[in-house]
Amino acid sequence: MEANIAVPSDGKNTWDGGGVRPFGASYGKMMMWFFILSDALTFSGFLAAYGLTRFKFIDSWPIADEVFTHIPFIHGEFPMYYVAFMTFVLIFSSVTMVLAVDAGHKMQKNKVAWYMFATIIGGLIFVGSQAWEWNTFIKGSYGAVKTTDGKILQFTSPKLDENGNQILNGEGQIVYKQIALTDFVVGERMDSKESHTRKNGLWWMSGDEVTEYSVAQVMASYQKNPAIQIRSEQIDMGKKQKVVLSREKGAEELAKGKLVVEGANLEVNEYGNTIFADFFFFITGFHGFHVFSGIVINIIIFFNVILGTYEKRGHYEMVEKVGLYWHFVDLVWVFVFTFFYLV
Amino acid sequence: MAHAHESHTKRIWNVFWILSAITIVEVALGIFKPAVLHLTSFLGTSPLNWIFIILTLAKAYGITWAFMHMEDEKKWFRRSVVWTAIFLISYLVTLLLIEGDYLHETLGPLVKW
Repeated sequence: MEANIAVPSDGKNTWDGGGVRPFGASYGKMMMWFFILSDALTFSGFLAAYGLTRFKFIDSWPIADEVFTHIPFIHGEFPMYYVAFMTFVLIFSSVTMVLAVDAGHKMQKNKVAWYMFATIIGGLIFVGSQAWEWNTFIKGSYGAVKTTDGKILQFTSPKLDENGNQILNGEGQIVYKQIALTDFVVGERMDSKESHTRKNGLWWMSGDEVTEYSVAQVMASYQKNPAIQIRSEQIDMGKKQKVVLSREKGAEELAKGKLVVEGANLEVNEYGNTIFADFFFFITGFHGFHVFSGIVINIIIFFNVILGTYEKRGHYEMVEKVGLYWHFVDLVWVFVFTFFYLV
Repeated sequence: MAHAHESHTKRIWNVFWILSAITIVEVALGIFKPAVLHLTSFLGTSPLNWIFIILTLAKAYGITWAFMHMEDEKKWFRRSVVWTAIFLISYLVTLLLIEGDYLHETLGPLVKW
């Protein structure tokens, strides 16, 4: 009868589901596992969609270690290092979390508190780093031109050694280095656009920022400097590098230029195909949101630990359940890291 | 808990070092990309990518088994979570990657470079 009729109880084990333990697992722990399973399927859906889109554009997808090259406070190009640091931070916070759970099994309140605190700090460092990555991504590093064909043209130049000679790689080919717009664009805007401020705007409203350079300006600078060549989005599948166009072909493509793209947003980005930025924001955003909610929940449980709630309860299972969620967040990151940055 | 608690802590740190080592290997390969692994092809993608995927699955196994204490749960409870996930994810990924490949073959030649 009790399976389908509500029976009055003393309320002490309301959240326990009546103390039944199928598979020896408590109600709360089993439900956390099933939630994790469903959330894992959600992320797999996103990553699978990313995989489909990448396969669809396999010969023109941006190359990750040409996009994510910065470290905070340090100038220069360091592909992959900061993302590797973020991965370590999250793994380490997972370790402190499981150590907290372990201390909870031994009913060591202070240890649990310290390890949870370390986990929260690790989480905050990760979220802060991800926010910084977004900022750098949105701000952009090089700048590019978008053509009427919908293609993104980036700029590159042969790498030179200290004597000004072209560097050749192992097969005797010229090594190219991507170059920023600021490094070669000179001269006047030539298109009379400017950002209005309160002083000279008739109706001053915030709106689309005018880019720093105009298309005509970029085209003129390209013509003036014979060392500049254009990198197309297309990948040479034999070398897995972006194809560099000859000066003539580059000029042809540049003539179709429609707007200068600096940075990235949901509509256009300087790294290549629009959908690359869309997926980046969506998937890392979803993951970052999970990390953030994990941090908030960890803080709540941290305070509960300090208040002695779990000592009174006689077990630290809540720490364990929250630990499961935190490890899930780490797991997702391990896969996102692989499929966005490595593969 | 079935094991002595001291060995639990030791095991946790062991797994941490293993995960870190795997990550370092992944990042090093990602930065250097040895041509013999990166520019060849095997079963649809490069051997380098396969190494990444296998190492990532190894990390996932380590995290789930040791950190999430899956090893302490009952066998069929484990399987009810893990087998479900693996089956559904494999199915979806297989279908979608085949689809993406088809889209590339069909739409790719239509793009003017």
